[in-house]
This record gives sequence, C-alpha cells and structure tokens, in this order.
Amino acid sequence: MSASTTGKIDKYISVFNIGLQNTFVYRWNYFLRAVFGLIPLAGTVFLWSAVFKERGGGLHGYDYGSMIYYYLLALLVSNLVTPTEDEWQIAADIREGQINSLLTKPMSYLAYRFCIFWSSRLVYTAVTLPPIVFIFIYFRHYITPPVHTLTYFLTTLSILMSALIQFFITYSLAMMAFWLLEISTIIFIVYSFEYFLGGQMFPIDIMPVSIQAAMKWLPFYYELFCPIAIFLEHLKGADLLQALTIQSGWLFLTWAAARAMWRRGLGHYQAVGG
Amino acid sequence: MVRRYIEIYSIMLRNSLIREMSFKANFLLWMLVEVLWFCGQIVFFSIIFGNVDRLGDWTKWEVVLLVGTHQIISQLFQAFFFVNVANIPELVRTGKLDSVLVLPIDSQFAASTKQFGLDSIVNAVVGAVVVCVSLAHLGYVPGVSAVLLYLVAIGFGVTVHYSIMLGLAAVSFWVVRAQGLVYGYFNFLNIARYPDVIFPWLFRIIFGWIIPVVIVAKIPARLLIKSFGQSGWLIFHLVIAASIVFWLSRAFWQFALRRYSSASS
Repeated sequence: MSASTTGKIDKYISVFNIGLQNTFVYRWNYFLRAVFGLIPLAGTVFLWSAVFKERGGGLHGYDYGSMIYYYLLALLVSNLVTPTEDEWQIAADIREGQINSLLTKPMSYLAYRFCIFWSSRLVYTAVTLPPIVFIFIYFRHYITPPVHTLTYFLTTLSILMSALIQFFITYSLAMMAFWLLEISTIIFIVYSFEYFLGGQMFPIDIMPVSIQAAMKWLPFYYELFCPIAIFLEHLKGADLLQALTIQSGWLFLTWAAARAMWRRGLGHYQAVGG
Repeated sequence: MVRRYIEIYSIMLRNSLIREMSFKANFLLWMLVEVLWFCGQIVFFSIIFGNVDRLGDWTKWEVVLLVGTHQIISQLFQAFFFVNVANIPELVRTGKLDSVLVLPIDSQFAASTKQFGLDSIVNAVVGAVVVCVSLAHLGYVPGVSAVLLYLVAIGFGVTVHYSIMLGLAAVSFWVVRAQGLVYGYFNFLNIARYPDVIFPWLFRIIFGWIIPVVIVAKIPARLLIKSFGQSGWLIFHLVIAASIVFWLSRAFWQFALRRYSSASS
C-alpha cells in the first residue's frame, strides 16, 4: 500500500475515533432510550396477543409467534441502521458556522459525516445491545432462523443498503438548514412516514395487496421493512430480486440527492462567525 | 395570589400567540405533523379491526373514540406544557434555569407555562371531531352528566401527562444530555391509546396506579360511552391516581432543585 493511501485511510480512522468519543458522551441518553423503548414494545405484544386470541387463527401469513418475532427484528434492525442525532448535529454545524473549519479540511463533508455515522451506530448498538439481547432471550421460543444460508448474506446486504439510504435521507434533510432556521418540522414529517410506511408500526405485508404494491416503490419500504422481510423469507425469488433492485435504485437516488443538496446549499451559504 | 398567577399567565399567553403568528409556516407544519401521526394511529386500528370484530369489550368505533380522546388529552397537554417541560433539560445544561428560579413566583409554574402552542389546540379540536364521528357511528347519545364527567376526566388525564413529563425532565438534574427522556414520555404514552383489556393484571396495576398511563384515555372514554354504572369508581380511580402522580412529581422536582448548582456561574 502506498504512503498516500495509508494517509487517506488514517484520516478517516481519526474522524471515526472522534465520532466514537463524541457519541460516548450520549451513552446514558441512548441506554435510556433503549430501555424506554421496551414499553411500547410490551404494548404491541399485548395488543397482538389480544388480536390473535380474538381471531383464533393466522393473519396474512403471521401467527402470534411470528408477529412478535417481526417486532423483535424491527427493533434490532432499526437500532442498527437508524441515525439518531446526526440530523440535529449537521443542522447545528450549518447554523452555527462549524462547517467553515470543515470546508478547509482535505475531506468532503459527506465523507466526514459518513465516518461519524458509522462510529455512532457502533456505540449506539453496543449500548443498546444488552436490553435487546434480554428481550430476545425472553422471547426465544418465537425465534426461527432462516432456512437458507443465502438468506443471511442477502439480509446483510439489504441491511447495509438500508443504513446507507437512511443516512443519505437524513443528510439531505439536514441540508435544509442552509435555507431554514428550524428543520425539526420537516424531520418529524418524514419520520412519521418512515414510522408508518417503513414497517415500525406494523409489518407492511398485512396491508391490502394493492397498497403494498404502491408502497414497494417508496423509499420508506427499504429503510427497515425490506431486510426484515428478506430475513423472514417472506420475499422470495422474483420478488426478492425486484426488492433488492429497487433498493439499490433508492440507494443511488438518495446518494445523488445528498450530494446535490450539499452543492446547492453551499452555493446559498454565507459563513457566519470568525 | 391566584389572581396574580392568572394575570401572569395571560401575559405569557399573549406573548406566545404573537410569536406563533409571526412564524405561520412553522405553525402549519407542526399541525401537519400531528395530523399525520393521528391518521397513522387510526389506519393502524382500521387494519386490526379489518381482521377482528372486537378486542375484549371494545368494538372498532369505541377504539376510535378512545384514540380520539387520547388525542384531545395529549394535545391539550402539548398546547399548555409540552414545549416548556421538554426544554427543562436544556435549561439545566446551559444554566439558563437561573433566570427562571429568581422570578418571584413558584419555580415549577414558571418553568412549565412560558410557552403556549396554538397548533395543538387545533389538533385537540380534530380529536374532538373524531370523538363525535365515533359517537355518530355508535349511534349513542351520552347524557349531560356523562359529558361533564368526561370533561373533568380529560382535565385529570392532562395532569397525568404533565406529571410524567415533569418527573422525567427532573432526572436531567443528574443526567446531563438527557434528551432521551423526551422519548421516554412518548414511549410511556404510546400505550395510553390501547384498550385496557389487552393488558395482564400486573401491568394494569403498575400502569394504572403508579405510572397511570393506561387509564389516561381509557377512563374518560369509558365514562362517556361504557361506564356500566361504575362512573363513581372510575372517576375516583383517575382522580386518586392523577393526584398521587402529580404530588410525587412535584416533590421530585423540589428535591431535584435542591441539588441544582448552576452551570453559568
């Protein structure tokens, strides 16, 4: 490896380290979030338990056990891929003029944020893992691993793409801070779509087929639901291939949007402060 | 004494309205956020009731009425208190709480009432409309006393929301960077809109008496449409549980204040 390549890698590793340290400050914050997150999970479990008891049978291919398993996976995957503080940090960087000092560094802001994103995901996952492991052990009877080995590989691929799509969407939204003083409304509007259409609230495949067909084309489907459906082997054959293709399409589009937003935002930017 | 507080509050109310009206786009967007969440809830329950006829003794439109009632309560809480209490951790972290503490009024009152959100009032009205639509679907006309009890119960429901949020915010005197606590509030209240019958008995005791989120919307809704002659017991339960949680949170707030050492000086 040439000296310049090692230099490049060192640069990213040091930003990654800064990210680790910055996120570590929030460890209690994250831990509390994970623990409090168990309350709505309990509510969901009780609700579905009542639904299946009342119905006395399966529902769109789910029974009580597989429904609980779905929510456990949703909890795990969303902890792995969902950015937590990134949008607020980026918006603050822009609003308070912090990006001035970053503009002079030999690294694009996107690459800089990308390193921070990975390090914060790592800390977040580490901090929130104990409660999640506890929950998985508690519900161990409902856990059914996939039949095919290939499923593990495809799920990992899809989770990675989900993480990237979520990161690029977050980044693009945070770029609105170049134009607006207050971006929290926009972030919460998009978040509500992600929550209901991304599979956090309920699995997408219990919806009517026509609605599902439309939702397959939206990015929200690929932010959380897609990797879980692959892991549960609900997506198979041609459907699986189609899902992965659309997911890569959204990955490319959100990446392009992130870059375009940065360029346009910077054109609009007037540095404040000294 | 009370008059003085009313006077102070009306001045703050006027200031909030002026500020709110100078950011009209923001006002409309926040309203949209809440409407989206509310619609999402309704869609979720429509999907569930597409598969079952009832959950325990709750039918579809009774649950919609429950969700609407919860919307009224949570939006009233958000209108009067949410922004203020959610901001307390930040005041503690930056030391800006000092300027609240030196005011010659009760510190809890001053920290809880500074801002008022008109958008949430509009959303509470949306919730009220949904309650009326549900009543029409149920073909049920509640009596005057049921409606009055319902309104009183809504007031106590707001008290429960407020007390839980204040208790969480007071933790920030120990844990700096406690924004996660705001999520705690949303997580607790998430279960308030589910029908009570789905919860096991231990859960119902903990979240019906100690952290009484399960009864926040359920008791008002039951008082309105299905009290089964138990109105007295229902309102008694809510009043006692709400008073306990309110006094606990106030005591915790005062205890936490004694620990406060300003960050600014």
